[in-house]
Amino acid sequence: MNRATIAIVGAAETTKMGKIPELSQTGLHADAALNALADCGLTVADIDGIATAGHDVAEIAQYLGVSPVWYDGTSVGGCSFITLVRHAAAALEQGLCNTVLITHGESGRSRHAAHRPMFPSMQQQEFEAIYGPVLPPSRFTLPVLRKMKDDGLTEEQLAMVAVVQREWAAFHPRASAREPITVEDVLSSKMIAYPFRKLMCCLVSDGGGALILTRADRAKDFPTKPVYLRGAGGESVEGPMISQMESFSSSKAFRISGREAFRSAGISHSDVDHLMIYDAFAHLPIYGLEDLGFVGRGEAGAFIAEGHTRPGGALPLNTNGGGLSYMHSGMYGMFALQEAVRQMRGVSPAQVEGAKLSVVHGVGGMFSAAATVVMTNEDRW
Amino acid sequence: MSERQLPAIYPETQFYWDGAKEGKLLLNACTACGNRPFFPPRPFCPHCGSREVTVIEASGRGRLYSYIISNVPAPGYETPFTIAVVMLDEGVKLVSNIVDCPPDPEALELDMPLEVTFEQRGTLAVPQFRPAKGGAA
Ligand SMILES: [Zn+2]
Repeated sequence: MNRATIAIVGAAETTKMGKIPELSQTGLHADAALNALADCGLTVADIDGIATAGHDVAEIAQYLGVSPVWYDGTSVGGCSFITLVRHAAAALEQGLCNTVLITHGESGRSRHAAHRPMFPSMQQQEFEAIYGPVLPPSRFTLPVLRKMKDDGLTEEQLAMVAVVQREWAAFHPRASAREPITVEDVLSSKMIAYPFRKLMCCLVSDGGGALILTRADRAKDFPTKPVYLRGAGGESVEGPMISQMESFSSSKAFRISGREAFRSAGISHSDVDHLMIYDAFAHLPIYGLEDLGFVGRGEAGAFIAEGHTRPGGALPLNTNGGGLSYMHSGMYGMFALQEAVRQMRGVSPAQVEGAKLSVVHGVGGMFSAAATVVMTNEDRW
Repeated sequence: MSERQLPAIYPETQFYWDGAKEGKLLLNACTACGNRPFFPPRPFCPHCGSREVTVIEASGRGRLYSYIISNVPAPGYETPFTIAVVMLDEGVKLVSNIVDCPPDPEALELDMPLEVTFEQRGTLAVPQFRPAKGGAA
């Protein structure tokens, strides 16, 4: 019998979602943080560990009035918040701090920010960006035609990713895009970067989210239903030069991160009730399902198209609608975590009945990094 | 329209851009790995860690490994244009545009043979790829 050691006791998103022109990026971090503190009945004085990505963690600490004994500013792109959950868990287990606040805020749409949150890559600039792939839609998409040829992935299957996620978004009043769409709608939407059309690409939103973690023995002191971490999660990097991916059909970082998360949690795929896979673009859930081992190589496109991940399917995936339909601030990983917490608390507007175990997997940069965590609402297993 | 980006060149990569000015596509290769080439340049081997690295001239031939036809703005480019990954005959991949070829899926068949050419960009020459003359290389 294993006992949970780490719990997420506070979780909240920004008060508004999608279009928030009245708040700066710093303000979005703070709004989310204050909401998460209120969620679990704490104040900033109770926080002794703080972590964020894409923003100077020291600025967020100072702005909120936190004086931490532990901080982490690991910033590898949108999965960083998933990474920070497992880093925070390790710090809590080591006794480096007692109560960790992880914040995200990004003014992706209104652009009230000092800078873009990604580190520039020297080699990507020198050998790739000079040819034009300077923004995610023209960079993240580069491997996909190769995968389509090698694995039989089709444009219709890519379109179905967007269609199914829109079905999930329809449950969520806070989702930015809730109107049903069809494969024809996706395939007739504006061409962004062949073979990618607008509805296969993420939204551009303002928003934020925050989590509060502590050791599991304190979890029952809080008013919220605790959500526990199972195992240590996983993380890895492959690097920012997309041309140097070992395989264009599979992400090495996804495989390593997922393997570690499943191994340390001691779970098999059939144990997973709910799954979040960061979807900046429609191909990412496909790579994710295959690289995490839910299906074999080349099978995920058909798996989604056959309806296994849609409402009522055997493997509910991206039940908030994802970056394609819920929101995408730029570093979306925090929102995948938030929906998994809602599912484990049993309060998601798209609640999966009886769900006990959720896997959250994210990408950072353009296949540059990955992170995975496993959440559960059971305190022993 | 602004100018196309110039690469920021560093001491370890100067030879690559010097070679391009002379119409040569130069790669690093690892002596300890049997002259196995790698990309991008660095003074050690990413496969085995050896510092026994030489410079070789690539054949300039490769094939179209993957691509997009971009409508996304990029400095100095008129959309749509092709951004590709080329698999060189030497077994390394790199990013390029596909020039002398319309940005059209009908004209861009995966695995079609390509050959290097050089685009003058300021005082630099930038390696680019175009469909190989006379078909298969
Ligand atoms: Zn070597």
